[in-house]
Amino acid sequence: MKLSAHDLAVRVANRTILQTIDLTLEPGEFVGLIGPNGAGKSTLLRALAGALPYRGELTLDGRPLAGYSARERARRIGYLGQDRHVAWPLTVADVIGLGRIPYRAPLSRESDADRQAVARALRMTHLEDLASRQSDRLSGGEVARMLLARLIAQETPILLADEPIAGLDPAHQLATMQIFADMARAGHTVLASLHDLTLAGRWCDRLILLERGRIVVQGSPRAVLTPERIAETYDVEARFDSDADGLIVVPLRLIGQHRREVR
Amino acid sequence: MRRLPFPALVALLAILTAVLFASSLLVGPSDIGLGDAFAALFGNEGVTTMVMREIRLPRAILGVCVGATLGLSGAVLQGWLRNPLADAGVLGIGSSAALGAVIAIVSGLAYASPLALPVSALAGAGLAAILVFALAGQGEGGNSLILAGVAVASLTSALTALTLNLSANPFATLEIVFWSMGSLGDRSLDHVYLALPFMAVGWLLLASVGRSLDAMTLGAETASSLGVRLAWVRAVILFATAAAVGGATAVTGVVGFVGLVVPHVLRPLVGSRPSRLMVASALGGATLLTMADLAVRLVLPSRDLKLGVVTAIVGAPFFFRLILHERRRSMR
Repeated sequence: MKLSAHDLAVRVANRTILQTIDLTLEPGEFVGLIGPNGAGKSTLLRALAGALPYRGELTLDGRPLAGYSARERARRIGYLGQDRHVAWPLTVADVIGLGRIPYRAPLSRESDADRQAVARALRMTHLEDLASRQSDRLSGGEVARMLLARLIAQETPILLADEPIAGLDPAHQLATMQIFADMARAGHTVLASLHDLTLAGRWCDRLILLERGRIVVQGSPRAVLTPERIAETYDVEARFDSDADGLIVVPLRLIGQHRREVR
Repeated sequence: MRRLPFPALVALLAILTAVLFASSLLVGPSDIGLGDAFAALFGNEGVTTMVMREIRLPRAILGVCVGATLGLSGAVLQGWLRNPLADAGVLGIGSSAALGAVIAIVSGLAYASPLALPVSALAGAGLAAILVFALAGQGEGGNSLILAGVAVASLTSALTALTLNLSANPFATLEIVFWSMGSLGDRSLDHVYLALPFMAVGWLLLASVGRSLDAMTLGAETASSLGVRLAWVRAVILFATAAAVGGATAVTGVVGFVGLVVPHVLRPLVGSRPSRLMVASALGGATLLTMADLAVRLVLPSRDLKLGVVTAIVGAPFFFRLILHERRRSMR
């Protein structure tokens, strides 16, 4: 499935959050969405998920996204938000099973396909042992993995994830990136917003840099992540290094506008 | 501790409801034996048949249906608003129905026809739902709905107070006070015929939102990405609740606590799944209300104890216990 935006603009509460957005997400790609806080990353992900009114063109396999029914859309595009609050203490397996809602007829029991999808998601996130644990008895990192498993169980060709590795320890950050990379290899399309530039550069096939509601640049990690551009958009000076697997970007100190504000 | 499987829980609650429904048919001021009672209900035994069909049957039917309505709507609203303290009261449906009833009593309409009061209460509930819908706008957050509901509830309560304040008729005031305590006494089959269609429509509509409530466990954004049409579901919940609870309140008056306590008690028994809680809460509400109505008749038969008073007196301490239990649990 190909998701593309052309001259996309999104206004929320009479404020323009995104404008002149042009992008195409192809099957098999793991794309990183980077940019400072407030750049519009979350809004872009929500708009691509079909949750916001927009102007311009937004098409899924050439058909306008707005032309798909809510259910058809939910079988094609999965969305993992930043909100990790689970209202009721469902078991881990039940929460993951919520990802199967787009496939279930009213009042039907869960099918073999539903059960297999949940089992696969449990396995991929290494949550098998916690399957029957109540979700209010989990650590923050376990909740994040459970919600990732919920997204995986939805089995959509396109996955949109808003800061999926925020609040995770280094091992689980790497494990999450590995899962997305593997899913991309298997033909899914993944777009994830990220703040860790090193992980973004090493794991993503392509990066999209967003600033003040516009795409500044998109392309291969080495083309997007340059010292000048990081200084310009993030107001930080970063140490750049590289090895066989890609770039290493370590922000070191504030510069410019930001620095004066902090003082 | 292993949890009771869901079908077993539902079966248990259904049996309990059936037993209590039958008991409700057997309790009353006239002394009718078990065999006679059921013979009279299905045959023609003169006065006994009249007592059974005209007095006890409506009362038992309303007990089960109104209880189911309150339990179901409480479960739905708690699920939709992701808030364990919600019930139909937060939408202002009950207080608007009360205003309609009060207007019928004060204007004297209620004395002209026995159905004038419930019809007026239903109209109040319907107007409240339209007002809440218009006020809440298209925002998808639960907060706009609660705010609109609370605003409408405040307005209608104020208008009710004003009506009481200005009413010259002390009997009307007394009548209003008693009505607001809720009761299933002296209701006829006409009341059943009036309220049941509204309740049934409400139940059917609410039955369609179960999966959406499950999705709401993860918040509105995620629910929307799972294919839930938020604005549509919200409108269905609002108007279905208004129909069901409006119908129930119109014939029984205000009965509190059932919609709040029943879902809360049953939630752990269904693994907290909102869609399963709807089924369990409907049956649990029917059970609790029928039990309370039996208590009304058995504890102080001569004093006309009001149903809403009993549910509040039973419900409030139960709530205390629950809060203490939650506190202990969260401290562990």
